[in-house]
Amino acid sequence: MPQAAEEPVEAAIHAIDRTGLPPELDALAPTAVEGWGRMGAQAAVIGGDNLERATEQVPLTRGMGRSYGLSSLPPASQPVVASSLHANRILRFNTESGDLRCEAGLCLRDLNRISLPRRWFTPVTPGTASVTIGGMVASDVHGKNHHSAGTFGEYVTGLRMRVADGRVIECSPQQHPQLFNATIGGMGLTGHILEVGFKMRKVPSPWIYERSERLPNLEAYLDRLLETAKDWPMSVGWVDCLNEGPGFGRGHLNLGRWATAEEAPRHDPKPKPAITIPDIWPDWIVNPPLMHIFNEMVYWSHWRSVKEGIQHPEKFFYPLDVLRSWNRMYGRKGGMTQYQCVLPHSAGRGATRALFELLKREGGVPLLVVIKDCGAEGRGLLSYPMPGVSTAIDLRITPDTARIVQRLNDFVIECGGRIYLTKDRFTTAEQYRAMDPRLERFQEVRRQWDPTLRLRSAQSVFTLGDPP
Amino acid sequence: MMKVALIGATSGMGRSVARVLASRGDALFLLGRKPEELEKSATDLSTRGPVDARVAHAPIDLADPSTFGPALDAAEAALGGLDTVVITAAMFAQQDTLEEDAELARRLLEVNFTNTIVLCEEIRRRMLAKGGGTLCVFSSVAGDRGRKPVGIYGASKAGLSHYLESLDHKYREKGLVTICVKPGFVKTGMTAGLKPPPFAGDPDDVARQVVRAIDRGTPLIYAPGIWQLVMLVIQHLPRLVMRRVGF
Repeated sequence: MPQAAEEPVEAAIHAIDRTGLPPELDALAPTAVEGWGRMGAQAAVIGGDNLERATEQVPLTRGMGRSYGLSSLPPASQPVVASSLHANRILRFNTESGDLRCEAGLCLRDLNRISLPRRWFTPVTPGTASVTIGGMVASDVHGKNHHSAGTFGEYVTGLRMRVADGRVIECSPQQHPQLFNATIGGMGLTGHILEVGFKMRKVPSPWIYERSERLPNLEAYLDRLLETAKDWPMSVGWVDCLNEGPGFGRGHLNLGRWATAEEAPRHDPKPKPAITIPDIWPDWIVNPPLMHIFNEMVYWSHWRSVKEGIQHPEKFFYPLDVLRSWNRMYGRKGGMTQYQCVLPHSAGRGATRALFELLKREGGVPLLVVIKDCGAEGRGLLSYPMPGVSTAIDLRITPDTARIVQRLNDFVIECGGRIYLTKDRFTTAEQYRAMDPRLERFQEVRRQWDPTLRLRSAQSVFTLGDPP
Repeated sequence: MMKVALIGATSGMGRSVARVLASRGDALFLLGRKPEELEKSATDLSTRGPVDARVAHAPIDLADPSTFGPALDAAEAALGGLDTVVITAAMFAQQDTLEEDAELARRLLEVNFTNTIVLCEEIRRRMLAKGGGTLCVFSSVAGDRGRKPVGIYGASKAGLSHYLESLDHKYREKGLVTICVKPGFVKTGMTAGLKPPPFAGDPDDVARQVVRAIDRGTPLIYAPGIWQLVMLVIQHLPRLVMRRVGF
């Protein structure tokens, strides 16, 4: 309905001008918005097909809300946020060169299902396909292929953005390069990302050739992770850190590459169906004894120590996507966070084990752990990866979690590592500043384009030290 | 493979319906008001088919009936005939806004009722001359009962639903199948920012339901289906109750 789409947006903007807060009208009733860790806020969401209009007066744009903490929530003093979800068209896709341009709200899952039958794939994918392309830029996502391909930002050729003074501009490595570099991994704080141009990657077939290995402890796992990096373009693994004693850190290492046309089945992979987890769980369902049993089952489900063969791409890249809204398993009140940090190689081989020992001393329970090696640092000023070992630990939120995260942060700072803003909820501004010397440069570029820091998020207030 | 012209497919449910049709390889032609939006949606749909079928477009303005003939000519010429037309375009505004703005209300009634029927009549003549076809038009559950929050908009849709039913009764035997879609609350750009009520639908699910109805020739569908039950209850509420409640 071309005419219809405009009315609610118009009404919303005027109402916010008048009061600073969404009014009592139904049309603007604040709705609950939350991050993936279920930390929520009340905010008016301005959507619509026309993202350029929706972003006229708001401090932040959000996509699918898959960042874990406060990244996709507006600052508490200005509870209004634009949603990119209806701006989801492909504007150009050259199937000769792989050049693609799309609106920022395009869902990666949609793109994959369109591009794979044409033998193209996104050059970098995170561990879920429930993300928008705009969000992939803002988080400068990395994937199983980080050690061989870098972050998503390396492939971005241009961005159309609404910057803080209201102008809509084009930026790229050639045009406004500083703004461009700050926007890659800039958590949406440098401007609203409206359109994204990037280079897709040609694949020989739509299937994956996977090798998985069962490994008996953390050291064996880390050795194999680093050893296999030169032969396998993609790798990641699951690690059981609830197991005490010699089996601590046992796990599965999943290695992969695109299957050649000869190896691959003739037919294209069918989309994997997903079931939606209902929102009915008490807070204690995901608990250590249960996860112990779960880990035991997962570990031994890999009966042969090595498995090799053709794998469905969605199963390889997005194993958890078959459970839609799995974060609901953590209960309606509690919520969860993921502690993800990268420890540089200079911190030594033992650093990862030391991180877990510290976590255990502080009373944290590592429910689910994923460990991956990172390659070179990208161009994004706040981009997460650096050469080293990246560890992601799912934690249930308890009254102790903030303290635990801050203790772990102290250790990470000591090692010269850093945390991933997209997953973080509890890192203080003081700690982040100590952790990331690039922050100063980032804030400089931001101030240049946005002297009063109009564009903010709840996270930039809490973790980057913005005014409330 | 169907040859489908879509009016209003650049956004909302029209966009979703067009994507379902494109993904299974139907030949599409887009009609709408804004050339740059049409161009963007045409490119988007071109990439969603199993083969890179080029989707073309032409202008039409529901506020201006003189555009109807040339628009349909362009669609027929590009597709080599037309066997299905889907109309999702319409105007929407809140009841309070319409009560304050008489000109807006007049325009909405003209677009949603008078001109939409004029367009359907033009399509009817063309399709019957070629032996038939399918005409799928989006009306609304708002037309099922006189309700406080959707008086004027609802009236335009009530009239349209009435017309669509009679069209189907009169011409189905001659080959013209008419499908009236009554969407309930669906989470699209039009309703973004509104608090979704219970039973709010997802546009992609609704689109699949609509395409199924087109394939089967179902004359009337509620989308999502649960709204049929909801409206059945609302239609049978006594006036006394309707006067008191706010919906």
